[in-house]
Amino acid sequence: MTNIALPGEGAPTAGEAALKVTAALAPAPATTHNTGLGATLRHARYILRENAVTGFAFALFLLIVLAAVLGPYLVPYDPLASDTAVALRPPSLAHWFGTDQLGRDVFSRVIVATRLDFFIAIASVALVFLMGGLAGVAAGFFGGWTDRIVGRIADTIMAFPLFVLAMGIVAALGNTVQNIVLATAIVNFPLYARIARAEANVRREAGFVQAARLCGNGDFRIVLGQVLPNIMPIMVVQMSLTMGYAILNAAGLSFIGLGVRPPTAEWGIMVADGATFMVSGEWWIAFFPGAALMVAVFCFNLLGDGLRDIVDPQRRT
Amino acid sequence: MPMMILKRLMMAVPSLIGVVIVTFLLTRALPGDPAAYFAGPAATTEAIEEIRVKLGLDKPLYLQFGRYVADLAHGDLGNSLTTGQPVATEIRNRLPASAELTLLGLIVSLLIAVPLGIMAATRPNSIVDHACRVISTAGVSLPVFFTGLILVYVFYYLLGWAPAPLGRLDVFFSAPPSVTGFYLIDSLIAGNGELFMASLKQLILPALTLGIFSLAPIARMTRASMLAVLAADFVRTARASGLKPFTVVVTYAFRNAMIPVITTLGMVFSFLLGANVLVEKVFAWPGIGSFAVEALIASDFAPLQGFVLTMAVMYVALNLLIDVLYGVIDPRVRIEA
Repeated sequence: MTNIALPGEGAPTAGEAALKVTAALAPAPATTHNTGLGATLRHARYILRENAVTGFAFALFLLIVLAAVLGPYLVPYDPLASDTAVALRPPSLAHWFGTDQLGRDVFSRVIVATRLDFFIAIASVALVFLMGGLAGVAAGFFGGWTDRIVGRIADTIMAFPLFVLAMGIVAALGNTVQNIVLATAIVNFPLYARIARAEANVRREAGFVQAARLCGNGDFRIVLGQVLPNIMPIMVVQMSLTMGYAILNAAGLSFIGLGVRPPTAEWGIMVADGATFMVSGEWWIAFFPGAALMVAVFCFNLLGDGLRDIVDPQRRT
Repeated sequence: MPMMILKRLMMAVPSLIGVVIVTFLLTRALPGDPAAYFAGPAATTEAIEEIRVKLGLDKPLYLQFGRYVADLAHGDLGNSLTTGQPVATEIRNRLPASAELTLLGLIVSLLIAVPLGIMAATRPNSIVDHACRVISTAGVSLPVFFTGLILVYVFYYLLGWAPAPLGRLDVFFSAPPSVTGFYLIDSLIAGNGELFMASLKQLILPALTLGIFSLAPIARMTRASMLAVLAADFVRTARASGLKPFTVVVTYAFRNAMIPVITTLGMVFSFLLGANVLVEKVFAWPGIGSFAVEALIASDFAPLQGFVLTMAVMYVALNLLIDVLYGVIDPRVRIEA
């Protein structure tokens, strides 16, 4: 994901950003044509021309990253400073998104919250990639008992409605942001494990694996050095597809009072704060953080679809 | 067919065992000493020790698990710390409210998503098709609690069409005599039309919220599945035989396209049961979701554990039902089984 998150120098256009992403994904094609990189780039350019929406999603993604990195330095007000003199003011020039019941500037809070929400999403997706990806690859590659144990764990997690399980985990382990990240990762585990397993399974007797084995590589070396890099493109697509779900899950948990505690600025908790004012007409307190959440999820979903089109054109719907 | 159901029932057993183990482990994972936790902050050392013995926490883990399973077999989910009531009773009383809401949400979603998906598939690249794509992408991006709040603002505050989002019935009404626990059905049984309308009005917004949330996967899958079926030979044959387009699409194509849609329902239920918790909080709905949220706020663990277990068991049962439905819809599944 770092390849996407680093916009590099200046402000690249969405197209350039897309090409960088593809370049990062490029070393992977299982079919080893020597035109791999060039072909992928051409394909990416074709996709972007065909699908302006993906370009738009990349631009939006950069904006979110920017808000997450620089947000706290850019906002006009302290997100935690309350000023009851201006409490519950509707959006105005001084307060673009209005103020909440304590007179805090909603705009500043929404922007500052980007970092925390983005961090939760990235961290949980990275964690589930490590857990699910490695377990799945091991299951697919080794088969037998490893496969059965991983499969059984995944099935057990799948037997729960996912959000409910996440609630139970956070409540049991303790009400912290780390546990939100962990719970979100755990409920996504089956998805990652299954994809990694399927992808690793078809490659266990592939030519390059046999070649590596013939060279005297051990199983672990082959899994980490050969199989895992080869299934990376599919996994990266999966990561950007689940980012949206991860953010929704985390915001949902904090909406019901788990994880992030007030007065921390976080989208879910801000919507919960504003919920009581919705019935009395002060819509802006809940609306703007909710809209920010929606835009972020929308962006991740579009991005995921776009990446999938580039990496795996056959699964395009 | 009965053989298939029996076989499928057996397959649900490992899932149930897994669910029970996980919910057991969740209590053991409680931060700190569970005995001190259950005894409350003001308890003395002796009191904590007494509770430890009473809860069986001084015994080895496998014995504790045995006791937990034995309690479960008696329908005992423990007592709530805050109310002192048995959790099982509370959940049984609140379950109909959640079930009514969730089912209505699913019906709303099916009524919109399935026709939308079919229309999108029969007219690819038309306005309906694009609308279907936009709605299904937007639908998965909308946080369910946010949709609910927007609906409340528009239909309650701005337009004044909907009643205040405060539970199942307006304060002026009293609940119908309980037969099914579903107010819509119970009020009809009682022959009280006014009460029926009142509870329907309360239900519409939360059900719509859940419907919008679960619309996307159903519409998407209906469209994809219909597209595949409409390209099949038997559809062409049916068309060539001069059947009405409506008959071809609905009775021939749709029945064959239903299996993937039903499969998606399993996933949709997973989302719906989770989203239910959030929607119940937004609309102050007195279901098991808000019961769990109240317990969370009070750090009352037994109700939460009971809730997680109930939800998981229901979800396993729903998946079972879906698999049985396969056999009803597609006779080929029966033969394979």
